[in-house]
Amino acid sequence: MANNIIEVSNLKKYFQVGDLTVQALKGVNLAIRSGEFVAIMGTSGSGKSTMLNILGCLDIPTAGDYKLDGVSVSGLNRNQLAELRNAKLGFVFQSYNLLSRTSALENVELPLYYNSSVKAKERKERAMAALEAVGLTDRIHHMPNQLSGGQQQRVAIARSLVNDPVVILADEATGNLDTRTSYEIMELFQRLNEDHGKTIVFVTHEPDIARLTSRNIIFRDGWVVKEQMTGEKVSAAEMLKSLPVGDHEV
Amino acid sequence: MNYVNLMKIAKNALMRNKFRAFLTMLGIIIGVASVIAMLAIGQGSKKSIQDQMSSMGSNLVFIMPGSQQRGGVMMGNSSSQSLKLVDMEAIRLQSTNISAISPEVRTSGQVVYGNSNWPTSIYGGNTDYLSIRKFGLESGRLFTEREITTLAKVCLIGKTVVSKIFPKGVDPIGQTIRFKDIPLKVIGILSEKGENSFGQDQDDMLIAPYTTVQRRLLAIDYIQTILTSAISEARTDAAINDLQTIMRKQHKISKPEDDDFRVMSQAELVKTFTSISDILTTLLGAIAGISLLVGGIGIMNIMYVSVTERTREIGLRMSIGGKGRDILMQFLIESTMLSVVGGLIGIGLGYLVSAVVGTMMGWPVVIMTQSVVLSFLVCAAIGIFFGWYPAKKASNLNPIDALRYE
Repeated sequence: MANNIIEVSNLKKYFQVGDLTVQALKGVNLAIRSGEFVAIMGTSGSGKSTMLNILGCLDIPTAGDYKLDGVSVSGLNRNQLAELRNAKLGFVFQSYNLLSRTSALENVELPLYYNSSVKAKERKERAMAALEAVGLTDRIHHMPNQLSGGQQQRVAIARSLVNDPVVILADEATGNLDTRTSYEIMELFQRLNEDHGKTIVFVTHEPDIARLTSRNIIFRDGWVVKEQMTGEKVSAAEMLKSLPVGDHEV
Repeated sequence: MNYVNLMKIAKNALMRNKFRAFLTMLGIIIGVASVIAMLAIGQGSKKSIQDQMSSMGSNLVFIMPGSQQRGGVMMGNSSSQSLKLVDMEAIRLQSTNISAISPEVRTSGQVVYGNSNWPTSIYGGNTDYLSIRKFGLESGRLFTEREITTLAKVCLIGKTVVSKIFPKGVDPIGQTIRFKDIPLKVIGILSEKGENSFGQDQDDMLIAPYTTVQRRLLAIDYIQTILTSAISEARTDAAINDLQTIMRKQHKISKPEDDDFRVMSQAELVKTFTSISDILTTLLGAIAGISLLVGGIGIMNIMYVSVTERTREIGLRMSIGGKGRDILMQFLIESTMLSVVGGLIGIGLGYLVSAVVGTMMGWPVVIMTQSVVLSFLVCAAIGIFFGWYPAKKASNLNPIDALRYE
């Protein structure tokens, strides 16, 4: 188990809503190994968002333990959590969350601004490399409003790569995209996972998308109800080929 | 987190909304510019009063009638007839601190030459009158002691009066003009003196022997003012003291409260007017200061709205590793940049406005370095002070809520 990037044991998260205590997570155990591409599935209210917040070090558990890359998160304060996020995590959001009127390059550079050990020259080089990895070298000076949804999400993925994180957390990253673009983004994630060895945790409620990952963890009512290997992982590139011609983004 | 990065982040954030940043700065720009311009105008008027003081002779000391009692009834200052020629003679003999003394009587009326006429004032004095009031003669001559004793119908004439009643090409000297139906022969023309600091035209006057004005024009036996010159500016206070002592002895007054005269000096008068101009400067400065404050509140308002509007951006920054302190500093630097850059532009505009007012309106303006430095420091303080609350609010956001904010 030394290889585990994420280790969660008996993790509980309760919220106080008025007089009511909502038990969002009731005792979750899971482990994710380095190099895995995992989908977390579940309906709304299943606790998957709460799980993602805790995995993303945006929130701390009420009880139980969470180890990220060997570091126990439970006892950390706000500033230490921020440092951990900056050093070890990459986020991809459903709505991209790019800064408007800011070029793709600057958007990608952003996480490195919060790491004072990275100098201006290195910052730019690393951002360029990340944009190259997502295939956007010809769009580096474009503003978000000059890019399509798929391209914007690629910029966001480049941003999540730029600090060389141990795990990329994607929250419904294809939720705002059409089918073809969704598959294109998934193809990119698969490539990052297979060719670059990136560990990816992908939260989704779409079984179609979850099929493209190597393991599905299904949440319901605050518990992990099912963990299953997808067996023969489906290639997003194959899926793309099967789509009717002419149905592609302009 | 290093500050160079924070400055870049803040600068980039402001540059994303250039027009808004400019509008936000506008309040500060106008505030600073008006502080500088207002103080420059106030200081300028003070300086011009001080300059006039030296041109009018700072050692002028004069006595005016004060209130007096008649059978228990207090009489007003203007109705007082307490100054007599004998008072003047007593001062001339007894004071060692004055170099010249003259009575002054004055009246106003219409001056007529040919078929032109003009309303003006006539002043009566003795042969020292011109030197005490720092008047000069451009041409002609001064009246003599003999002309004073004989109530001679002669006068000196100011430039304004010359231009109003004499046709071009006519030499006024030797001509006879009429003032209140008394014919007066013009024997000299006064040098041009211009307006004094209160806007009074000092060339719009006639000067005649005081006896002529006193007897022929006014038919009175008292004098309205006694003018003296202290030997030097330093001896002005000693002269004031002399005059008070002598006048009390002359009028048999034992307590200063009973004085039926007032001794004043040019220096004192100027002090009064400079203090008025100081009050004016303070007032203008205060109003301008309020506009600066309003500008600061404008910054707070925009920053506050901006925090709400940029909630998701703040959430994103936090999720990629921005600490609360980084967010706080970013917003604080943004507001300080707005106020400091606005302040610098405001200083430039303040100089420009002062220069324009100075040349267009002919007002004297003096820009004080202190007011420039002070308003700049106030700007920086405003940026930090008014930026603090919105910045604190931003830094306290919960990243999860901020990311989900719609």
